[in-house]
Amino acid sequence: MHIVVCIKQVPDSAHIRVHPVTNTIMRQGVPAIINPYDLFAIEAALRLKDQLGGRVTVMSMGPTQAEPALRKAISLGCDEAILVTDRIFAGADTLATSYVLASAIRTLDKEMPVGLVFTGKQTIDGDTAQVGPGIAKRLDMQLLTYVSRIVEVDPAQRRIVVERRAEGGVQVLETAMPALITMLEGSNEIRFASTPGMFRAARATIRHWDRNAAGIEDIKLVGLKGSPTIVSRVFGPAARAEKAKPIPFDPADPDSCANNLLERLLNEMPKVRKELEQRRSDTQ
Amino acid sequence: MSATPTTKPVKKRKIKLDEHLLAYRGVWVFVESERGHVHPVSWELMGQGRRLADQLQVELCAVAMGAPGPELDTHCEASFHYGADRCYRVASPVLRDYRNEPYTQALTQLVNAHKPEILFLGATTLGRDLAGSVATTLKTGLTADCTELAIDPEDRCLLATRPTFGGSLLCTIATLNYRPQMATIRHRVMPMPEPQPERRGLIVDFEPGLVEDSIVTKLLDFLPDALGDKQHLPYAKIVVAGGKGLGKAENFRLVWDLAGVLGAEVGATRAAIHAGWITPDRQVGQTGKTVRPALYIAAGISGAIQHRVGMESSDCIVAINNDANAPIFDFAHYALVGDCVSVLPALTKAFASYLGKPFKEAT
Ligand SMILES: Cc1cc2nc3c(=O)[nH]c(=O)nc-3n(C[C@H](O)[C@H](O)[C@H](O)COP(=O)(O)OP(=O)(O)OC[C@H]3O[C@@H](n4cnc5c(N)ncnc54)[C@H](O)[C@@H]3O)c2cc1C
Ligand SMILES: Nc1ncnc2c1ncn2[C@@H]1O[C@H](COP(=O)(O)O)[C@@H](O)[C@H]1O
Repeated sequence: MHIVVCIKQVPDSAHIRVHPVTNTIMRQGVPAIINPYDLFAIEAALRLKDQLGGRVTVMSMGPTQAEPALRKAISLGCDEAILVTDRIFAGADTLATSYVLASAIRTLDKEMPVGLVFTGKQTIDGDTAQVGPGIAKRLDMQLLTYVSRIVEVDPAQRRIVVERRAEGGVQVLETAMPALITMLEGSNEIRFASTPGMFRAARATIRHWDRNAAGIEDIKLVGLKGSPTIVSRVFGPAARAEKAKPIPFDPADPDSCANNLLERLLNEMPKVRKELEQRRSDTQ
Repeated sequence: MSATPTTKPVKKRKIKLDEHLLAYRGVWVFVESERGHVHPVSWELMGQGRRLADQLQVELCAVAMGAPGPELDTHCEASFHYGADRCYRVASPVLRDYRNEPYTQALTQLVNAHKPEILFLGATTLGRDLAGSVATTLKTGLTADCTELAIDPEDRCLLATRPTFGGSLLCTIATLNYRPQMATIRHRVMPMPEPQPERRGLIVDFEPGLVEDSIVTKLLDFLPDALGDKQHLPYAKIVVAGGKGLGKAENFRLVWDLAGVLGAEVGATRAAIHAGWITPDRQVGQTGKTVRPALYIAAGISGAIQHRVGMESSDCIVAINNDANAPIFDFAHYALVGDCVSVLPALTKAFASYLGKPFKEAT
């Protein structure tokens, strides 16, 4: 079976710093990583390959700088990588992103039919969880979101059974392939790259697909032009109108600081007082 | 949401709607129900929807889907209590349990038939699954996880605000020449409106024409979560939360001690969770839970926007941080500049003595 995994390269949020004065993101020196949620999608695909054989293609839409993410995926065991890259893709929102990725998957499907597509639950930069469902709808694939476990896959019958996280419980769903799965975090333990894997990754040729290679039919639907939403304002959060009331703290005497706070809460915050009084009468 | 967030101020674009889009009117809220219960986020959204519909001078409509029967009818009636003027009742045995395909078909058809200008869904696993599919099918814009909703008085556009990546920044997103304008909002971000049991509205039936045989995905089983997994944190009246400033795993015990004395729930930042000091179900913030307690005590928490949006509606925020310039002091009510490792035990002692609870001095 041929499995496609969509991954995105994102800045490592642990290293993001905000400029204290201008309130802008300082990108310098921020390392790029594979979107952490996508690692679970890669792992799920590789496990199916271990079990059933077949082929795993990893795909990303992004600038050429995103190549290292794809190489990393190859080092883990993916067979091939495609970078869908074209300057007209820039500024895409989720609708435009799903159009490009769906077009590329459709093109790839002509080379070798695709049985399953995996995506992460969401990205840590866009954080929308919309690209997966978007690709599925555009390709008219069955959509399985928030999958916590793949129970059974039968490629001959084109049948798949999964467990899906729902509100208040887990759904056990059976559907037909091709299907798109968005994988939940923690769904399986992620493997490390092997040494031969790392060698293979270093030598691998990453295919670059521009709009033509990806089979984009309507360039009005990609990038900024194809995006229905626009960012109309970016701003720092406002401070509360009233400044925080200071509670003096003396390291030598933390108790009087604590008692001072308690007193002020009781005197100045009626809702807190109500909660505390209720608890006091409960203990008595 | 733009995939590449910009930090530059963006010039306001004139949004002029095509003729056929001018017919889109009204604010809709999808009433999410699973296994007989309406998810409370739907009523929270109804409260917001009411406000925006009044501003736009249009109807607020609920969309209730499910198997035909008294349960669904109850949901329709309840939507009126929470502010809806009209409720589209989409009843079909195929809609008994949530599945993406039939729900997407039904909601897409309903939108195409009755043309709302705004459609809100809860940012739950169901809501995000459905919203993403419906928006793509309709080829319109969708803004995820909004924390603030407003109307631009000039052009009636929805302005949906959400935290943006990485920094302590928010961005406001508008939908261009596309309708409806769609947004998802997380549970507890908006206040729960007071129900008005005497309020009535108009039920409009919509026949989605679904046939079970043409639906590919089948629900084999539903395994409900154990009752012990029930979440108390979002509804807690008092929350004591710890962050990276606690310094080490052992110090998290000080948070548990104070919470124990106060009868409070324990919360944490993502940084504390990443450090392995506490389980992920305790995370408060944009990718964790939203809380609205009477009292939120934040110990060693910087106050990053992603944490702030999950707790800033607390009635009273007490921040303990040794850095007087920490952003949390911008929105806390009480500022305690000091070492949380020595403040927390003192607080535990003070509250224990006020509440008449036994307290053992740490040795
Ligand atoms: C897409 C995305 C989603 C996110 N979602 C969430 C989310 O849902 N929830 C969340 O919390 N975060 C979230 N984050 C992370 C968020 O941006 C912050 O990194 C995180 O909230 C910081 O946690 P912190 O305050 O514990 O740590 P830090 O930012 O490291 O702050 C520690 C604070 O403790 C203070 N301190 C140090 N020592 C002491 C001491 N002895 N006594 C008192 N104070 C001390 C320091 O001055 C500092 O202010 C998200 C980030 C991204 C990019
Ligand atoms: N530019 C991209 N290239 C490849 N996959 C992507 C891209 N953007 C999003 N995805 C996939 O879609 C998932 C959801 O992304 P998002 O909707 O941005 O939260 C991610 O976990 C990825 O698997």
